[in-house]
Amino acid sequence: MRTDDLVLMLATGSRHAGGDAFGRRLPVALAAGTGIAILQMTLFLGIRPDLGSAAAGADFWIKIAVPCALMAAALGLVLRLGRPGARMGPLPGLAAMPVALLWCLAAVSLFGAEPARWPKLLLGETWAVCPFLIAFLAAPMFVSSFWTLRDLAPVRLRLAGAAAGLLSGATGAVVYSLHCPEMAYPFVATWYVLGMLMPVPLGAYLGPRLLRW
Amino acid sequence: MDRSTRERQWNSSEARLRGLLMAGLAGDEGAYLSFLRELSGHLRAFFRHRVAGMPSEVEDLVQETLLAIHNQRHSYDAGQPLTAWLHAIAKYKIVDLYRFRSSHGAVTASIDDVEAVLAFQDRDAEDARIDVEGMLATLPDHLRLPIVLVKLQGLSVREAAEATGMSESAVKVGVHRGLKRLAAWIREGK
Repeated sequence: MRTDDLVLMLATGSRHAGGDAFGRRLPVALAAGTGIAILQMTLFLGIRPDLGSAAAGADFWIKIAVPCALMAAALGLVLRLGRPGARMGPLPGLAAMPVALLWCLAAVSLFGAEPARWPKLLLGETWAVCPFLIAFLAAPMFVSSFWTLRDLAPVRLRLAGAAAGLLSGATGAVVYSLHCPEMAYPFVATWYVLGMLMPVPLGAYLGPRLLRW
Repeated sequence: MDRSTRERQWNSSEARLRGLLMAGLAGDEGAYLSFLRELSGHLRAFFRHRVAGMPSEVEDLVQETLLAIHNQRHSYDAGQPLTAWLHAIAKYKIVDLYRFRSSHGAVTASIDDVEAVLAFQDRDAEDARIDVEGMLATLPDHLRLPIVLVKLQGLSVREAAEATGMSESAVKVGVHRGLKRLAAWIREGK
């Protein structure tokens, strides 16, 4: 087909068959990714029994707010990276801020404690499983954010995949904090962050393989 | 062409093409046709200077990029410079060509110069090697018929629905998915 004929074909009927609105899949993806993770958490791990009393303290909300903020920044990144030529702007910095804040709180907590308590503050009871369980809860959002990106038009595939990984890691951490009884900042600053970052290299690896268009 | 002439040319192309695309997205097929026509000349000039070692790739790239732009035209944000959007897609298609298809050749001019995508026109189309018509013929009926009736014969969606017994929404989905399938086949070199 000559290029002029292709152009004519593309224009003809473009009025009716309009194609899809940008980001049409996103609401479904967010709901499914979060909803299934909550289901996984309640079925396999269980909500922490002392949720009511924990929710009365500020620590609990800070522990949830950090991955929530990261989720919001990663969501913005996914949308920007899904649009050709759009700039990331301040979003990478915004994504780093909650983590930096968390590390500050962890440092304050460590230096205010006896060195003998440091292992307890850092490792808690569950350090060995925490990052893996967060990654486990990240899986549904990982799939659904790639499904969303495949409908968008990313041109930086590795970065877009990494952003999808970050979005899913942050989602996993939000949901996991409804189960996890650990409250020490040094613990959260280490193992939550590690868990949230685990899907990122996987996303960066899969981006160029799954997101071409 | 010196810098200021080029800038003027780019500014006027940006404004005119943007107007045509916005009208096209709002349903004006004539404007959309003009947009794609003018754009194909710009893309051809852009690619011809950048994959100069492989003249046979140029027209393929033009067609592939036009199809990609059409399929993803809703990813254009009205608040964004059109040139930035077009350049990102054109550059992506060059990068994709070298990275994923192990093409032996070299990019012969910077692909990072954003304004260059609208700087020149080249009306001298060679024959493309990819065969959109042939690919179209091998699509399954529920994708092929909507494209043939709506996009080649110019029927309305309702007329195409009556002619095929498909629902109107199935016709629309068929057109959209069918074009995406074509784009995927071209990418995979089928």
